[in-house]
Amino acid sequence: MSRQSNRGTESKKMSSELFTLTYGALVTQLCKDYENDEDVNKQLDKMGYNIGVRLIEDFLARSNVGRCHDFRETADVIAKVAFKMYLGITPSITNWSPAGDEFSLILENNPLVDFVELPDNHSSLIYSNLLCGVLRGALEMVQMAVEAKFVQDTLKGDSVTEIRMRFIRRIEDNLPAGEE
Amino acid sequence: MADAVLFEFLHTEMVAELWARRPDPSPGGQKTSLSVLEGMGFRVGQALGERLPQDTLAFREELDALKFLCKDVWVAVFQKQMDGLRTNHQGTYVLQDNDFPLLVRMASGLQYLEEAPKFLAFTCGLLRGTLNTLGIKSLVTASVAALPACKFQVVIQRA
Repeated sequence: MSRQSNRGTESKKMSSELFTLTYGALVTQLCKDYENDEDVNKQLDKMGYNIGVRLIEDFLARSNVGRCHDFRETADVIAKVAFKMYLGITPSITNWSPAGDEFSLILENNPLVDFVELPDNHSSLIYSNLLCGVLRGALEMVQMAVEAKFVQDTLKGDSVTEIRMRFIRRIEDNLPAGEE
Repeated sequence: MADAVLFEFLHTEMVAELWARRPDPSPGGQKTSLSVLEGMGFRVGQALGERLPQDTLAFREELDALKFLCKDVWVAVFQKQMDGLRTNHQGTYVLQDNDFPLLVRMASGLQYLEEAPKFLAFTCGLLRGTLNTLGIKSLVTASVAALPACKFQVVIQRA
């Protein structure tokens, strides 16, 4: 193998690990700064939300998906387009509620947790909670109020990682202040 | 494989979050936040360096290691090469990026010049961390004359 192609491969590998490693450094720092896991979870969710409300623009610009007509379409777009584009994985969609307002995303591999082990004193930490915030923030910008939460986590010994998504309501555009 | 834009978004949010939590405007307070960011960058730089195969690390000369930073590492992290590398051949290197991606979103010219250091601290640490894995101890600082161009100054620390 020529030196040239070796370097190309290494660059690619480093690039894909950069986000994962940076995320790990962030979680480590938050665990130092906050007293308990609950606060870290909230902070990750909030940061994710802030990222999500901006990420959606990048997503819409690059993916050319049109408006979703229902929650099922939304689920498909999230799993097959968004996750693929940003994390290189395609979670499967399962466990639809009878009313069609809840579903699960099953991640066989969670790229965020490569090289990660939870130490014993952080059993309540939801390591990948940033993802829930991102989903919530991004969907809010397309007029959907949702709840996203982890119900299974390979870091905690489960066989898969599962994010439960619940549709709360459609967000109507807010009236400008002063008009009723 | 995580899309490159995710790192940018995460980095911006990390800077914002650290500053929101430590609103102390005194130079002392600022320095703490900057060093926290630098420390995080250092750990990431080290981890990135550790994942390279052994033969990549066999640089015959210090300059080769710096060139590696300017090409391979910069491409991996920022999808572009460093625009310039100068040295006094006595252990000081200046790496020039005319279009630093983490500054590009902010503005161009002199607006937000004061904010720029926050967006460079992590990367300084990253450079220092990668060099550390290559067996080179250094001090890395950054300066901005006009966004989005910036310079990273690497001073090799000899024992």
